[in-house]
Amino acid sequence: MKALCWEGVNELSVEDVPDPELRNDQDVIVKVSAGTTCGSDLHLIGGYIPAMRAGDVIGHEFLGEIVEVGPGVRRHKVGDRVVVCSFVGCGRCWYCANDLWSLCDNSNTNPGITQAMWGYEPGAVFGYSHAMGGLRGSHAEYVRVPFADYGAFPVPDEVDDVSALFASDSAPTGWMGADLGGVRPGDVVAVWGCGAVGQMAARAAMLLGAERVVCIDRFPERLAMTRQHIGAETIDYTETDVGAELRELTGGRGPDVCIEAVGMEAHGTGPDYAYDQAKQQLRLHTDRPTAVREAIYSCRKGGSVFVLGVFGGAVDKFPLGALMNKGLTLRGAQMHGQRYIPMLLDRIAKGELSTRHLATHEMSLDEAPTAYDMFKHKKDGCVRAVIRPGGAAA
Amino acid sequence: MKRAFVAAAVVAGVGAGLVRRLRSRAASRQDDLSRWLVVTVNVPPERFGETPEPLARLKDHIEIRTAPAPGGKGTELAARLCGNGRTGGTGPIARLSGNDPRQPVREALREAKSLIETGEIMKPDAPPTTRSTPGGKLVGLVTRRASGEGRL
Ligand SMILES: NC(=O)c1ccc[n+]([C@@H]2O[C@H](COP(=O)([O-])OP(=O)(O)OC[C@H]3O[C@@H](n4cnc5c(N)ncnc54)[C@H](O)[C@@H]3O)[C@@H](O)[C@H]2O)c1
Ligand SMILES: [Zn+2]
Ligand SMILES: [Zn+2]
Repeated sequence: MKALCWEGVNELSVEDVPDPELRNDQDVIVKVSAGTTCGSDLHLIGGYIPAMRAGDVIGHEFLGEIVEVGPGVRRHKVGDRVVVCSFVGCGRCWYCANDLWSLCDNSNTNPGITQAMWGYEPGAVFGYSHAMGGLRGSHAEYVRVPFADYGAFPVPDEVDDVSALFASDSAPTGWMGADLGGVRPGDVVAVWGCGAVGQMAARAAMLLGAERVVCIDRFPERLAMTRQHIGAETIDYTETDVGAELRELTGGRGPDVCIEAVGMEAHGTGPDYAYDQAKQQLRLHTDRPTAVREAIYSCRKGGSVFVLGVFGGAVDKFPLGALMNKGLTLRGAQMHGQRYIPMLLDRIAKGELSTRHLATHEMSLDEAPTAYDMFKHKKDGCVRAVIRPGGAAA
Repeated sequence: MKRAFVAAAVVAGVGAGLVRRLRSRAASRQDDLSRWLVVTVNVPPERFGETPEPLARLKDHIEIRTAPAPGGKGTELAARLCGNGRTGGTGPIARLSGNDPRQPVREALREAKSLIETGEIMKPDAPPTTRSTPGGKLVGLVTRRASGEGRL
């Protein structure tokens, strides 16, 4: 079959790879109808995530049709249209049982690597390096889905493919940021990053009762989209002083909850950005925490900061003093999608959560390297490119 | 040029991290072989049955014990090398070449836990990749050891 492969830093190509097979009784094989580019892939492509091999199939946010079912699968049958959670959870370890699905004990087949890096290993995610489980990704005609009873969810008939697609990864990620960030009715919430993840976090904050949601980015089309489709206020960080703007908007208090949806390749304007970039290029530190720093600094006393953006290693100039002295709660996570996906599909069906607008481009699998180039460089207003292995939809 | 540099840096970064990890353990190596390696299985002690197969296979080289985990977190399943199982290298070379005697114990503990909790041991996709490059070979070596490495 055809698949999009990582060939080296900033090198992608569409290759012929062997078809996936059922490897465990609880697996299904999904024929992918749509997948999408995610900001996390950019960190992979840029070479910031270790343990990639040339020829690895990437992609983790997808939807498709079940074409083969292992004998241990109870909840699915051939022909089901399903959206699949990007993280694989076994459903029965202590973490899965406690709704902390991305921390699953049983899905990462290479636990030694991330245990050495981080102390303990997270669960596996599709197409995201051998450190994160080594599973093949979803920018392919077919993909194997382990523990499918727990990670694949039937899509309601009234929800179209593209709308449902974002329930695989970006929507549950955003929801988790607002939920576990502790958004409560009446809160003022600030979100860094107006990509799909940031937009979904902003919408989740509103649905959880936030009174005011302010989103920060620099791309005018993303800021406009966030105002129009999410209904949040926006700040262009290249035009103004974000901290001062947030103080003015919050009666001088600062936001109650700050959600960072930018990640390790954050862009910035000041000298600290140049410093971070130089150090990252030399691999002296792995991540640029520009937006995390700003979130911690801007957050109100006793507030909460949730890191949704992906980071890989150690960061420099981390404002630990601000965190400690302001009594902040800092939390982060890879997405616990299984916890939210059915609820999100339901909200999409009811029209409470709009996702379709995120799909600014639709392309075939052959065009996937171009799709990633557009997405990486935010060309032509690209927010998310949807990749259709069966060819672009009519 | 730049790309080659970045790729080399990534590989070197992973390698250096690994070597640092392996070396930092060297000092405390002495007692390592007698240490209990432990996983917590999400099953209450009263439902914890026979020693599962992956561990039973090693029975001549290990001792096994179980204890209830606090807070209803299940059952702690521990194993450690005993008798002539306690011989063999534990340095970086032994670990990279797959000759550290703790590696099969860690792997068996993880497999036992997964079997009890889920009824299966999840397998990676096969083949792992379709292309062979020097960086890929290094990653391949690391992943071949990864199920028996890390911290238990
Ligand atoms: N936690 C999870 O499970 C999870 C899941 C999916 C994605 N992610 C991560 O979320 C992040 C965002 O993903 P995405 O798909 O929306 O990516 P994206 O690239 O589309 O969006 C990132 C946005 O951040 C903006 N940005 C850059 N620097 C900024 C700064 N200093 N301040 C404010 N905004 C800034 C960019 O302009 C861009 O619009 C990535 O790091 C991705 O890896 C995490
Ligand atoms: Zn993602
Ligand atoms: Zn699990």
